[in-house]
Amino acid sequence: MRYVLRRLGFYLIAAWVSLTLNFFIPRLMPGDPASAVFARFKGMLNPEALSALREAFGFTNEPLHAQYLTYLQHLFRGDLGISVVRFPTPVSDVIGESLKWTLLLAGTAVVFAFALGTLLGIVAAWRRGGWLDSIAPPALIFLGAFPYFWLAMLLLYVFGFLFGWFPLRSAHADGLTPGFDWAFVSSVGTHLVLPGLTIVAASLGGWMLSMRNTMIGVLAEDYISMAQAKGLSQRRIMLHYAARNALLPSVTGFGMALGFVLSGSLLTEIVFSYPGQGYLLLQAVQNQDYPLMQGLFLAITFAVLVANWFVDIAYVWLDPRTRSQ
Amino acid sequence: MPEPLLSIRNLRVEYLTPNGPVRAVDNVSFDVGAGEVFGLAGESGCGKSTLALAALRLLPPPALITGGEVLFEGKDILGMDDAALASFRWRKISLVFQSAMNALNPVLTVGAQICDVIEKHERVTRAQALERSAELLRLMGIDSTRLRSYPHQLSGGMRQRVVIAIALALKPPMMFMDEPTTALDVVVQREIMQQIAELKRELGFSILFITHDLSLMVEFSDRIGILYAGKLVELSDAKSLFEKPRHPYTRGLMASFPAVRGPRRRLDGISGSPPDMLHPPEGCRFHPRCSEAIPRCRSTRPPLLRVAPDAEVACHLYPAEARRP
Amino acid sequence: MLVNDDETMGYRRTLKQKPRGLWGQLLQNKKATFGLCIVLAFVVLALLSPLLVRDPSAFLAVPLAPPSGEYWLGTTGQGQDVFAQTLYGARTSLWVGFSVGVAVIVIGTSVGLAAGYFGGLVDDVLTTLINVFLIMPGLPLAVVLAAYLPAGPLTLAFVLIVTSWSWHARVVRAQTLSLRHKDFVNAAIVGGESHTRIMFLEILPNMTSLIVSGFIGATVYAIGAQVGLEFLGLGDVSVVTWGTNLYWAANNQALLTESWWTIVPTGLAIALTGFALVMINFAIDEVTNPRLKSESAWAEALRAAEVAPGFSTPVIRSKDA
Repeated sequence: MRYVLRRLGFYLIAAWVSLTLNFFIPRLMPGDPASAVFARFKGMLNPEALSALREAFGFTNEPLHAQYLTYLQHLFRGDLGISVVRFPTPVSDVIGESLKWTLLLAGTAVVFAFALGTLLGIVAAWRRGGWLDSIAPPALIFLGAFPYFWLAMLLLYVFGFLFGWFPLRSAHADGLTPGFDWAFVSSVGTHLVLPGLTIVAASLGGWMLSMRNTMIGVLAEDYISMAQAKGLSQRRIMLHYAARNALLPSVTGFGMALGFVLSGSLLTEIVFSYPGQGYLLLQAVQNQDYPLMQGLFLAITFAVLVANWFVDIAYVWLDPRTRSQ
Repeated sequence: MPEPLLSIRNLRVEYLTPNGPVRAVDNVSFDVGAGEVFGLAGESGCGKSTLALAALRLLPPPALITGGEVLFEGKDILGMDDAALASFRWRKISLVFQSAMNALNPVLTVGAQICDVIEKHERVTRAQALERSAELLRLMGIDSTRLRSYPHQLSGGMRQRVVIAIALALKPPMMFMDEPTTALDVVVQREIMQQIAELKRELGFSILFITHDLSLMVEFSDRIGILYAGKLVELSDAKSLFEKPRHPYTRGLMASFPAVRGPRRRLDGISGSPPDMLHPPEGCRFHPRCSEAIPRCRSTRPPLLRVAPDAEVACHLYPAEARRP
Repeated sequence: MLVNDDETMGYRRTLKQKPRGLWGQLLQNKKATFGLCIVLAFVVLALLSPLLVRDPSAFLAVPLAPPSGEYWLGTTGQGQDVFAQTLYGARTSLWVGFSVGVAVIVIGTSVGLAAGYFGGLVDDVLTTLINVFLIMPGLPLAVVLAAYLPAGPLTLAFVLIVTSWSWHARVVRAQTLSLRHKDFVNAAIVGGESHTRIMFLEILPNMTSLIVSGFIGATVYAIGAQVGLEFLGLGDVSVVTWGTNLYWAANNQALLTESWWTIVPTGLAIALTGFALVMINFAIDEVTNPRLKSESAWAEALRAAEVAPGFSTPVIRSKDA
């Protein structure tokens, strides 16, 4: 329990650092977001709009610390500014819509990839020298060396265009109203396959190798040879003695890799025009929609922090040494 | 003389290192009778642990058994397949490891680790296994509520007792103990050794007792074998060894231990260091460190010869009464 | 350790004649040589590309022409030579990748050493800093930073350094902690050596493989992340890099027009380079942690004696038994 609370404290610090970075970055950089936006809407906005924009961006004439406090106040009210791309929708609304799709895609893909990779890693270490140990890792690593979006394009082309087995874009077929009926759910499902597969293919090698190496380290421990000396079945030894211990550093590694894999999944969304945060990020960049960009930065970062906190809780459940102090 | 329980004949064990083969155990033979305590002594790296683990086929790659027999109750362990070994292990010979903290699985409770070996080898219900586990703990002086504890929640002495309790679980006719008390402080050490001696008197099992602590060994063993650089250099009953050590190495070992009582004398160690096992010395392996070496020692390996009814030595200084055993 | 620790000490003593250290062993390792060859090949091609190929930015030919005798890898949506672009792209992509790698190990090593060596408050503050940057996802931060800075390789390099220095710092810190209380360090302290000397001249040399490994890892990350950011449009799209090649290919509807040649070569180049670098890292892992290497001599002996490896020590009786 204390461990979990300590970790929460850390995540709060990390969140604060992100908030503060988010505040300072625009102010440290050459160039002024308000002017950039103004220039973009050149001719369509009058000069007074420039100062209005500046204010909207929080670039007032107040001293810096006052601006910071105003910024924090806005943040706690959930006010992230107005989006340029979807003018005049507030950024928080724009993000809110897309967040669920990213969570769905990244959530299911990452969990599936981790589970599968871990399983493969266990078997690879169990049967050392077998094909799973010698051929699969380099092959999967090579696969993972391709950029996520490149694999996405490959899968989209082959299975979407050529074979036509799966849809080419979006999270579900147009015209379907969201609901928990079979039509909608199955549509969501088929639209998840290709992007999900991309993420799995790109990250599987990493998960597998990591678990395999951890297992090999664990298999050299004395309690494994004691288990062998007890005449226990190989299955029991591999699962309850080796894997259960190897899972601990593996879960820790999962938390740390989460941000990285999420970044890859965001790029994947773009290729499939999947309406998540990644797709939104592209639009924000293309349109110099700074409020949206910054809003996305905060939203994605906070999502990763929360996910990590859940991973920590899972870790406590797995490792009895963290429970009793 | 009744058939020995354990009979090791001409055992040879090699490690195939990247730099070449290392013969860790070279042509070692000795017997252990029922109810006997056989002590195996030698300095670090001499091969005693390797020997014990090799006898049970527990050495991981790159270890290889390259010759000899290990007969237990007449059956050759070296000829058994994995299934026969799994059935044989723990039931006939159990193991007590040096470091209980490392020998116990951190994520399983003490109860689980005692029960799993009972359930593997005998047809019992979970409840019966738990009952027996509780009994075993009580036998070692541990409260049965500790069945639900994890290893990290126990003190060092308690953990070692748990490891011994697990070793007794199937009431095997023989136990291998590899430095069972080295990791503990002297007081606890004494308690545990006394407890082991008591249990042995009650249950009548034999012990292969491995340690580098010669004084402990002499007090506790019936017969003792001294190992140097993978070869047996002296084999005799404990009392004779203590009163009349023959091999220069044995004498060096004896002289390395201070007597608590009696006149103070200078402590002599054994000069030099253990040989490079990749390229051991020609002739007698000990000759570079031996103060009594004769020219013959450099060229010819001394065989293990019986020099008295209860003593065998491998040393050229003792050829006179020699008769091959 | 499986066998009593003392046994392995004896066994390890026999390995005293360890060959020429890290580099010698690496050159004997198949994975390392494979990786090194490929990386070197790319570097050489990148350096020589102005001499080998046409101007990649010139709008020379029929757009979206498939590979032919004249244009080995076809042309882009703007009639540019794909082969030239693929080779030229290596120049900036590799240059930024390696530079970021160097910067990351310089910064990461310094921070890691300081945190591990000084301990106390310094360590607490630095560790929190490291962990915060470690846990923040790279892409969103990179996007925000890159959006406010002028587009180009320099910006990308800066952004990549900020988002990746912490991993190496953490690793170095852990290693420094384990070395901190060793005798040779204490001796140096007692001997009056300055802190900087101790950190960089006493402790650091014991971490060479870690540093090399970190450099390679940072480079791999940098190349990949760079490509990703450029794909988003945050690079300078007028500079020919692997990332901008893919950006333009996507923008020119590569999939719709089925012009696979605008995408595949660059993708393959990125993957091969990344894969080669990772292989070198594997080799380093194997050399420094022999457990990971499959026990080849042992497996060979078993195969020769036609004994299947099981879960117990095999028995192969030698002829002179």
